Amino acid sequence: MKALVWHGTADIRYDTVPDPEIEQPRDAIVKVTSCAICGSDLHLYDHVMPGMEKGDIMGHEFMGEVVDVGAEAKSALKVGDRVVVPFTIWCGECDQCRRGNYSVCERSNRNKAMADKLFGHATAGLFGYTHLTGGYAGGQAEYVRVPFADRTHVKIPDGLSDEQVLFLGDIFPTGWQAAAQCDIQPTDTVAIWGCGPVGQMTIRSAVLLGAKQVIAIDRVPERLSMAKAGGAITINFEEESVVERLNELTGGKGPEKCIDAVGMEAHATATLDSIYDRAKQALMLESDRAHVLREMMYVCRPAGTLSIPGVYGGLIDKVPFGMSMNKGLTWRMGQTHVNRWTDGLLRRIQEGQIDPSFVITHSVGLAEGPGMYETFRDKRDGCIKVVLKP
Amino acid sequence: MAYYRRNSSADRMARGLGWFSIGLGVAELVAARRLARWMGMEDQAGLIRAYGAREVATGVGLLAMGDARPWMWGRIAGDALDIATLAAAHHDGNPRRENVATALGTVAAVTALDVLCTAMLHREEAAAWTPPPDYSDRSGLPRPPTAMRGAAKDAPIPADMRTPDILRFEPVGAN
Ligand SMILES: NC(=O)c1ccc[n+]([C@@H]2O[C@H](COP(=O)([O-])OP(=O)(O)OC[C@H]3O[C@@H](n4cnc5c(N)ncnc54)[C@H](O)[C@@H]3O)[C@@H](O)[C@H]2O)c1
Ligand SMILES: [Zn+2]
Ligand SMILES: [Zn+2]
Repeated sequence: MKALVWHGTADIRYDTVPDPEIEQPRDAIVKVTSCAICGSDLHLYDHVMPGMEKGDIMGHEFMGEVVDVGAEAKSALKVGDRVVVPFTIWCGECDQCRRGNYSVCERSNRNKAMADKLFGHATAGLFGYTHLTGGYAGGQAEYVRVPFADRTHVKIPDGLSDEQVLFLGDIFPTGWQAAAQCDIQPTDTVAIWGCGPVGQMTIRSAVLLGAKQVIAIDRVPERLSMAKAGGAITINFEEESVVERLNELTGGKGPEKCIDAVGMEAHATATLDSIYDRAKQALMLESDRAHVLREMMYVCRPAGTLSIPGVYGGLIDKVPFGMSMNKGLTWRMGQTHVNRWTDGLLRRIQEGQIDPSFVITHSVGLAEGPGMYETFRDKRDGCIKVVLKP
Repeated sequence: MAYYRRNSSADRMARGLGWFSIGLGVAELVAARRLARWMGMEDQAGLIRAYGAREVATGVGLLAMGDARPWMWGRIAGDALDIATLAAAHHDGNPRRENVATALGTVAAVTALDVLCTAMLHREEAAAWTPPPDYSDRSGLPRPPTAMRGAAKDAPIPADMRTPDILRFEPVGAN
């Protein structure tokens, strides 16, 4: 079959690879009808996230049709079912899964020993996302093997297009969880850094969950215009001071809830700390650039909440932790517990409360994937979200 | 915002010049005294060391994966400084004039490369620029956002994600 394969920094190729097969009784094989490139994939493309190996198949946002089912998954799935596959693989039986903490499932990461060493304790298996999270082949391919498939799926009823439901596998629940874990009150101002696909979903979620005011921060004009369309007040961080504007918009008190939808590749502005980060990252003395985290800690109202869907991989520097401690901030973060939200969100899509396809700006064949990685990363051609069709 | 294409030929050239900067900078830092003597500028070892630090800083900036152009302009300014310093040392009273001339020639050649690379980077940007598309109609919501505010207030927030009452900003009891 054909798949997008990682070969090194900024080197993803459209290769021919062996077809996947059922390996475990709880597996299923899905024929992919649509998949997408996620901001998380860019961390692999830029190779700032450790744990990739040459030959790894990319992709963790995908959907399709079940074409083969292992003996123990037959109770939940049958050939012909149309499914969205969540990027977090979960067993449904371990302590964490029983609490709904699917992204830290204790059984789905088959490289547990390696991950235990690096993180103290391993987290869940993820598709197409480094050997630290199981080294599972991803979904930017014609076919994927889905482990623990009896749990790891969302069944899609007829009448909805791929475009409407595809993002149930990642960015929609991710934006939703980012907002939900802020426990938004009707009096809250929610500030969201980053207007990429995750930021866009977070903005809509915060509006639907009833925030008094949603403020979105980025520097890419078309992303800001899409943020505004979703109901956000926008701040272009290259043109205005983020801290000043946020204080202005909150009567000098700062936002109650701050969300980092940027992650470890925050861009350098003219501020000293981001130049410092870039330099250290280039010299490999630091792996993640924490500019957004620092800004959130600074501007957040005391006793407020920081919600961090943005992905970090390793070490950050110069974190003003005293600021956070003394202000009594609550930190909430993690990979998304996708299946915790999908039933509710699918229902909201069906009821027409939201149509996540608004974010798609590019839809092309899988073969064009390698070029699209570059277009998406460099934000060329108005690109916000790429959908690929195998 | 700045548009730049990583991995284009101009960009690769800029990163190459970044490594060159670091190499030269380190050499200037560790061998400042010897270099100064070689060019008959014994009293200027400190200055050479400072220039070395400058080279390292621009090199790191170039390798840091962002927009290369400001750092390339930094290199060009640095080249000008080098040329001015060397030109001042190129006088009849300096017995090592020949060596200064060699250094000048090298710096001039590198300056030409820097200018070429910077021009290429700017040309790429000009070619890539198109007006940003208008996404102001892409709300994803069936009604204007103001009308959708709170439409999902009924959504259950799981207990582990709820803010303890005491940390809520909303006056307790209000809603
Ligand atoms: N927690 C999860 O489960 C989960 C799931 C999906 C994605 N993610 C992560 O979410 C993050 C965003 O993903 P995406 O798909 O939207 O990616 P993206 O790269 O398209 O978006 C990031 C946006 O942040 C903006 N940005 C950069 N620096 C900034 C700054 N200093 N201030 C404000 N904005 C800034 C960029 O211009 C860009 O628009 C990534 O780190 C990704 O890995 C996490
Ligand atoms: Zn993702
Ligand atoms: Zn589990």
